[in-house]
Amino acid sequence: MEISFTLNGERVVVTVDPSDRLLDTLRESLGLKGTKEGCGEGECGACTVIFDGLPVNSCLIPTYQSRGHVVETIESVSPDELTALHSSGATQCGACSPGVVMTALWVRRNPELLSTHNLREVMAGNLCRCTGYDGIIDGLKGWLDEDGGRRGGGPAAETETRRVSP
Amino acid sequence: MSILLPETISEACHLLATHHGAIPVAGGTDLFVHWPQKIEDRGKTFLDLSGIEELKGHRWTGDELILGALSTFWDIIKDLRAQIELPLLLGAARQVGAIQIQTRGTWAGNIMNASPAADGVAVLMAYDAVVRLQSQAGTEEIPLSEFYLGYKAMRRDPGQVLTEIRVPRRGYDFQMFEKVGARAAQAITKVGVAVTRRGEEWRVVANSVAPTVCRCPTLESFLATGQPVRGPHDLVVPLRDDVAPIDDIRSTARYRETVLARLLYFGLRDECPCFA
Repeated sequence: MEISFTLNGERVVVTVDPSDRLLDTLRESLGLKGTKEGCGEGECGACTVIFDGLPVNSCLIPTYQSRGHVVETIESVSPDELTALHSSGATQCGACSPGVVMTALWVRRNPELLSTHNLREVMAGNLCRCTGYDGIIDGLKGWLDEDGGRRGGGPAAETETRRVSP
Repeated sequence: MSILLPETISEACHLLATHHGAIPVAGGTDLFVHWPQKIEDRGKTFLDLSGIEELKGHRWTGDELILGALSTFWDIIKDLRAQIELPLLLGAARQVGAIQIQTRGTWAGNIMNASPAADGVAVLMAYDAVVRLQSQAGTEEIPLSEFYLGYKAMRRDPGQVLTEIRVPRRGYDFQMFEKVGARAAQAITKVGVAVTRRGEEWRVVANSVAPTVCRCPTLESFLATGQPVRGPHDLVVPLRDDVAPIDDIRSTARYRETVLARLLYFGLRDECPCFA
């Protein structure tokens, strides 16, 4: 079947089999190898892309479900934007990094999330076996601080909201 | 493997009637795990509901919250009214997988996947939710607490599609949901329990301790009679009528029984004057 969707701001038309996963279409048909496959079962978050403004695991989405939707991948992010993550030790082997960056980008665009969620909860769907997560959380705090509003020696962006237990 | 892509509910019902055994799919976070490599899936037909506008999102009426079959956990996490009125929905939604699952996973899918560990099912059942099924023959409503017949067995015939979940809006005197898993995110429940009370009417719903998510009617009556409870062990006896935990890869029967009794005892101690 032939489908079209918006990928990193451009309309793409691609022929897919109903069994193709978005992850494979991005990597193989469209040549965008930045998105990684980790577990293939929605646990690790390495394949995270932003789908209609929300982070999703592209390994769990059949490509045909993207018809008419808006998909953003790591290729849409300029390396120059990522200084805070580079300098905090947010990446080591790099396998999780594209997914981490996409989730972090979503948090950065939606800072209101941090009134209900803390950074560790929003990043909990991105597993990292190298850094122990502190580098990732520090990098994300630094990235959020670049946006101003939180600058000037105020408290770090992370709010210690606990997991909800009603 | 083939995919059917209906755009309306009536089209979906027609396709289910003409493609016997087609499997409805909403968010795909369960059905598409390791898909399409699963050999057993290759001959199957999936009925993908994701293009049906009528099934998207949720709405509030005067006396109900109505979750469309495509309503996601994230839809409810963002809804301030749900946080205030039906906080157990929020509590469960935030503990399902992680954000990437919450943005795609649906309440209806959680019900139809029929896992005994389903957190969303436990809280919906504690709120007396009703599922609405539709087929070419018409519609049917079934209380969620009567929907499961056994492990992965449901009162749904192959021509029916779940279209919505109706949750009554009413005040509660007490409500709690507790989940125990190996870690806070991306963990399937070892033991879970949702409790609500309105006056003397209790709902106790346990997950991961029986072949299905289940109400605990013996314990509910026990609590309503106000018998003295000296410690968690006093809850084990009525619980044994209600649940049947097993040993599996995630936990043991003994752990599950012990922890369920403790979650209930420590969760209800301040609520029940008869608890020591």
